[in-house]
This record gives sequence, C-alpha cells and structure tokens, in this order.
Amino acid sequence: MNTKHYIIIIAVVIAIFAIPLIIFPNAPYSGADSAAEEAISGQGYTPWFTPLWEPPSGEIESLLFALQAAIGAMIIGYFVGYERGKKAKKEIKETETAQ
Amino acid sequence: MHIMEGFLPHPWWEIWFAIALPIVAYGVYRLSKLTKKIPEAKPLLALMGAFIFVLSALKLPSVTGSSSHPTGAGLAAVVVGPGITSVLSIIVLIFQALLLAHGGLTTLGANTFSMGIVGPFVAYAIWIAAKKVRLPTSVGIFLAAAIGDLVTYVVTSAQLALVFPTAGGFFDAFLTFGSIFAVTQVPLAIGEGLLAVVLFDFLAKYKGQLLSAMKVIKLPTPASTHKEPKQQ
Repeated sequence: MNTKHYIIIIAVVIAIFAIPLIIFPNAPYSGADSAAEEAISGQGYTPWFTPLWEPPSGEIESLLFALQAAIGAMIIGYFVGYERGKKAKKEIKETETAQ
Repeated sequence: MHIMEGFLPHPWWEIWFAIALPIVAYGVYRLSKLTKKIPEAKPLLALMGAFIFVLSALKLPSVTGSSSHPTGAGLAAVVVGPGITSVLSIIVLIFQALLLAHGGLTTLGANTFSMGIVGPFVAYAIWIAAKKVRLPTSVGIFLAAAIGDLVTYVVTSAQLALVFPTAGGFFDAFLTFGSIFAVTQVPLAIGEGLLAVVLFDFLAKYKGQLLSAMKVIKLPTPASTHKEPKQQ
C-alpha cells in the first residue's frame, strides 16, 4: 500500500460516518450507552452508585473527550513523523555514501 | 459498551472484577516481560495505547440513528498481544470513569472484560487463524479489528441481559440490548477495521524488523510472495 491507498481508505471511513447523517438527518444520534441506561431505568432499576465526579456541563464533557482524542492523535502523529523522518535520513545517508 | 456507573448490582460487579483482574494482572506480567526482552517495543505500546485513546473518544453516528464509539483494542491485541491490551484498556476505562463520568468504577470490571479481554482475545484468535489460512495481512487485520470491536458490544449486551432479563427471559433481553449496541456498532466496526489496516500497514513498512522480533509478522523470505517490505 502507498499513500494513495491510505487516502482512499480514510475517505471510505469518513463516508461510512457521513452517510448516516445524510440519509437520516433527523435521527437523534444519542449515545447507545445512554439508550441502554434508559432501557434499564425503564425496568424500574435505580443505580446504587453514582460517579464520583461528573463534568459540570456538556461543553466540559466534550472538552475532556476532545482532550482524550488529542492526546492519542498527538502520540500517533509523533510516532509516524518520527519513523518517516528516520527512514528519510537513512536514505539520504545511503545515497551520499553511494556517491 | 460502557456500562454506566452503578448499573451492575451486587454480586455482578464483583463477579466481573474477579474475572477481569487476574487477566489484567497477567497482562502486567506480559508487559514487564516484553519491555525487558524487547525494550524497542516501548514506542509501540505507546502507539497502541494512543490508538485506543483516540478511537474510544470518538462517538460516531451510525445508520441506526444513534451513536457509539469504536474501541481500538483489536489492533493492539494483534501487535502487543491481548494480555497487554487488557492493561491498556483498563487505563483508558479508568480515565473515562474518573474524568468523563463515562462508564464507572463499579462497572470497571465488566467493561474491562468486554473491551479489554473478550474483544482483544477474539481479535487475536482471528488474526492467528487468518495467518494460518494465509489470508492477506490486510484482510486479517481488518477482520481482527472489526470483529473484535463488534464482539465487545455483544459481550456488553450479554452482561446487561444477565442482570436485567425481561419478561421474555435472558435471550429476549439480550436481543433488546443487542439491538441497542451491536447493530449500531456494525458500521463503526468496519471503520475501525479500515483504520487498523492503515496503521498496521505503516507499522509493517517502517517497523517490520521489530514486528518480526515480536513474532507478529514474518519478514518475507524469497519463497513467500505476500508482503512487500521495502516498497517505495
């Protein structure tokens, strides 16, 4: 696989998640986790333990989720860039010594 | 797949902890063994942890009209092994339970079991089977990551159905939770499988020696025709 293949695959991934939004623009898209929570609460169950701390608002919650994704993406980006740079440097050296 | 805080009554939450913790302990043992034997594998551990971190933070829309998130644990299972993946998963789950009120401390055992244990072990088994029948590497990775993701949600559905059977019994409840979780998850699992293929292909190209030392892949010998090591 080369970069072109990577781009095609990633475009397909984006399409997979864009298509539902286009076909069903009016669906609620609420979380499956909370749907399960509601199904259980509907049976009359009350949770016996509550989270020690909850993000005070939806904004703070999305901040923390974004932070989680950013930390992960940063590490992946660092790794990929580091390895590509290392290989490029090695190739430059090889062509220099070959000359 | 997160079972919310407090949603598993006694004795279920203890049962899942009792099952999950020994396997996480085994993962810690594997982790220390791996880093001692192959110190160069440390960046790979960070990378796999990061992949889980990113994917489990992304809540994505699905054709069922609800949204859910992938796990990222299947690729980690292939690269660093399912035991170590359980350790990476429990770290992410603790982060989410404490800072995001997503999942929970009392349900940590059950969530670790679905995301960090069954999903990764199934993914690993599929990867090994795919290698046995000589499927192309990318196909093996795709199947391992996608099915590992899906299985996690099937396990969550079963875990909830065991505790909250409906009037129709366990199976009826399993179908109810399964329709909430597993069906929504299908497109997400496909997306996760594709992303895993891209990252693994990169690893095979740039870290082939290391993956071979970790016995993830065999570097091609003149006899085998599959993987291209040094393309470009």
